[in-house]
Amino acid sequence: MNLRHAKTVLLGAIALSLVASLFSRHISGYPLFVAYNIGISLIMAVSLNLINGYTGQFSLGHAGFMAVGAYSSAVITNHFGDLNVFAANAVFTFALLAGGLAAALAGLLVGVPTLRLRGDYLAIVTLGFGEIIRVILQNMEAVGGARGLSVTHGWTNLFWTFGLAAVTVYVVAALVNSTYGRGFIAVRDDEVAAEAMGINSTKYKVTAFAVGAFFAGIAGGLYAHAIQFLTPNGFGFMLSIAYVVMVILGGMGNTIGVILAAILLTLLPEGLRMLADIEHLPGIAGSRPLSWVENTRMIIYSLLLIVLMLTRPQGLFTLRRRSR
Amino acid sequence: MTELLQQLINGLALGSILALIALGYTMVYGILRFINFAHGDVFMLGAFAGFYLAPKIALVLPLPSIAGALAVMIIAMAICAALGVLIERFAYRPLRQQPKLTMLITAIGVSLFLENTGQFVFGANPKKFPQLLPAYPLPQLGGLSFNSNQIVVIAVTALLMIGLRFIVLKTRMGRAMRAVSFNPEAAALMGVNTNVVISFTFALGSALAAAAGILFAMNYPSIDPLMGILPGLKAFVAAVLGGIGNLPGAALGGVIIGVTETLVSGYVSSTYRDAIAFAVLILILLVKPSGLLGKKEVDKV
Repeated sequence: MNLRHAKTVLLGAIALSLVASLFSRHISGYPLFVAYNIGISLIMAVSLNLINGYTGQFSLGHAGFMAVGAYSSAVITNHFGDLNVFAANAVFTFALLAGGLAAALAGLLVGVPTLRLRGDYLAIVTLGFGEIIRVILQNMEAVGGARGLSVTHGWTNLFWTFGLAAVTVYVVAALVNSTYGRGFIAVRDDEVAAEAMGINSTKYKVTAFAVGAFFAGIAGGLYAHAIQFLTPNGFGFMLSIAYVVMVILGGMGNTIGVILAAILLTLLPEGLRMLADIEHLPGIAGSRPLSWVENTRMIIYSLLLIVLMLTRPQGLFTLRRRSR
Repeated sequence: MTELLQQLINGLALGSILALIALGYTMVYGILRFINFAHGDVFMLGAFAGFYLAPKIALVLPLPSIAGALAVMIIAMAICAALGVLIERFAYRPLRQQPKLTMLITAIGVSLFLENTGQFVFGANPKKFPQLLPAYPLPQLGGLSFNSNQIVVIAVTALLMIGLRFIVLKTRMGRAMRAVSFNPEAAALMGVNTNVVISFTFALGSALAAAAGILFAMNYPSIDPLMGILPGLKAFVAAVLGGIGNLPGAALGGVIIGVTETLVSGYVSSTYRDAIAFAVLILILLVKPSGLLGKKEVDKV
């Protein structure tokens, strides 16, 4: 990603999301929620790309960090009653940051002990941590346990979602393009050689986990204040898998590709759902309603996933294969 | 004391089932170095195959009876073996030269496909699994009550494992499997048909998963299309725990997970049950990063 114009793009994106959020009153609930989902998936996928794509680790527990951020920020904002716009945004900023930091702490907790593990072992341990977080939340009566936690305030708006998505993209891109950040790529490409060149691979892996988890926590906070109801089972390992799929379909370590894949894969199930609501195909007289799509939506999704991987294993948006 | 022994027996029965699934994970991993995420769903399909076969078998053989149960199990194993071979042929083989991650995502796609197709075809509601074996009254030994199904689970698992050990260690195909697992290129150069060996491995693993599915359904007779997710995950954990790629390791891992889980839910708290497998895994990997019986891989520079 070209960084020369990155700051302009970043400011532009934030300004655009601010303007867009002014008009969000005119968008009805459901499409707006889909838009939030796109922003949240974007943050999740881009931050996961730092761990899986750039640093070459394999995390299968990203939804766990998201859960930590969602619950911590929700617990904070639930303490407040009705606030005016400024106070609300101040509290929300603080809550999102706190959620991000809590998730980063969880990321450190996962990162430090698991550094000796490689590849599949790391994958299963991160998956395990994600599941443990879920089970702990299920047993925490203070946050509603398995019944779930309702979030008082619906403070998430287009400005927050897409502004923070832009910040995430910027931070990850700036990080891996900096002198310091080349270390991530070095660790991915050849850990032994990187170590021999004096790169502290342990530090890079922990940093990747902490930064990735931080943004996952922020995404969790946004999600909590968009859907306004949290259940531990909503953050199961299938959600982590969904984000891993975005990273791999986008092309590991390709930020633009991952952004596109996050948007596409969030819209795909929604598009299929809309298709199911169409009564007749336009222009085709007597065509049958597409309601069968509703029941087979997830089958189509999984088949598409298999076909996409078989036909474009290097990622949807990667033009040339990275030589391995 | 009696209660502890009782819990151990329960744990051993659960662990045997996990071990059977774990064997499939570990065999495929040993040969392809890839986690077959769809394996847990083959386990589910095994249970459903048994569910739909039982009424058909009942027309020919008396059910519940030993012969009937055996027939159901063998046909279900054959169906799932064929399915495993098909999945490998169409979803994994085209990607064999690609990075392992793409194969992993395809496996996740296959898993989602089987789960969602299962919900579409079988319906999402749980179904009651028919009784395959008559419940034999067993003598109480010093206050221990044995459930005849549990004994059957443990015995069948032991038999299948002995059979697997025989295939892997004493047959031509087993030798070929070990050769491919040791070094696929060298094995191919020595005239081993790797494609056949890999198909055979998938058939074997899927057949064991189907057997596990039926044994599971006999003990917990409510089956649904998502029933494979958690046992699949735990079996995978068991395989990693024992050292992935190592057959005795998978069996050991399965038993450890099954027993710990039963003990914890019996004595500590049943709500933490689903986290136990992972906690045990993390603790063991911290001490032995390549699993209990796994070989430490050395990086070659």
